[in-house]
Amino acid sequence: MSHDATLADLQAAFPDQVVEHPQGLDFTVVVLPDRLRELFLHLRDKAKLNYLSNLTVVDRPERFEVVYHLYSTIEPGPVFVVKVYLPDKESAHVPSAVPVWQSAYYQEREAFDMFGVVFDGHPGLTRLLLWEGFPGHPLRKDFVNRTYSFDEMGQTLPPEDQR
Amino acid sequence: MPERSLEHTLSVPETLLPDDLKRNVLLTTVDAVYNWARRRSMWPLTFGLACCALEMIAAGASRYDYGRLGMDIPRATPRQADLLILSGTITHKMAPQVLRVWEQMPEPKYALAMGACAISGGTFSSYAVVQGASQLMPIDIFVPGCPPRPEALINAFVKLHEMLLKQSVKTVEWYAKEPKA
Repeated sequence: MSHDATLADLQAAFPDQVVEHPQGLDFTVVVLPDRLRELFLHLRDKAKLNYLSNLTVVDRPERFEVVYHLYSTIEPGPVFVVKVYLPDKESAHVPSAVPVWQSAYYQEREAFDMFGVVFDGHPGLTRLLLWEGFPGHPLRKDFVNRTYSFDEMGQTLPPEDQR
Repeated sequence: MPERSLEHTLSVPETLLPDDLKRNVLLTTVDAVYNWARRRSMWPLTFGLACCALEMIAAGASRYDYGRLGMDIPRATPRQADLLILSGTITHKMAPQVLRVWEQMPEPKYALAMGACAISGGTFSSYAVVQGASQLMPIDIFVPGCPPRPEALINAFVKLHEMLLKQSVKTVEWYAKEPKA
């Protein structure tokens, strides 16, 4: 199925969920987060986009954007980009894609670690690169990138007799 | 305190010795023998942190060869090492492991901060990097450079050996019966 056919199919199946189709280098569709799980299952099973290659977050002044890069290994072709806008930056929530694509597991953990976006339904949403107790989410634009002393970083050392 | 080499301490006036001992006994001090041996078998820990580690490896390889200084066995476990070469950027993520390795080393032990990153954080004034190894442990010698050349590292080893020769078992902390207040 070509990407144009996939888009038409998607608009027919989820008429109120596809909000935007920006023109750019890659084939991009902006959808609402409300029925994301069903929409992803539709893309995976009907449109054969069975491989989530990349998942990341963009911090815009007015919103977070979660970006999904989808490919098909059954009918190889160019990338199919799905974006979800999250205007509520204070408590950004989006349904997890792990039940649909296993490869979302670590990428969602990293996105949570770096941006603080919560992926609802993720089986183990903890920080991936940083440690529990790290102050903040460093890839957010409002994170102040100053230097920190070792004591500020909230690292826990093992007790002295166990080192 | 002036450097006391083993050869220097051997010049004992011969009149002090009975005749039958003159060709059989050497007199020296505990410090001289002890430091002489320690200086010539200071084993570094096999521990590279970042790009400076490549210069450290070059310093150990055949062209520069710090094995000439008796350091030719980089130990694979901190429990057998005397010298921790902090060769590169210390990230906050790595800092607990660096501390752990340091605390596993038996005394007497020495720490060498190699390169701008280990000295002060270097060019990385960011949330991810410890701004100098001094935040973690006492550093005996700093080697500036980005990265320092192998000659600079070997020069630091020589300076460290000179420092070591000036230590005495009577005054160093790790032989004290009571810890210093």
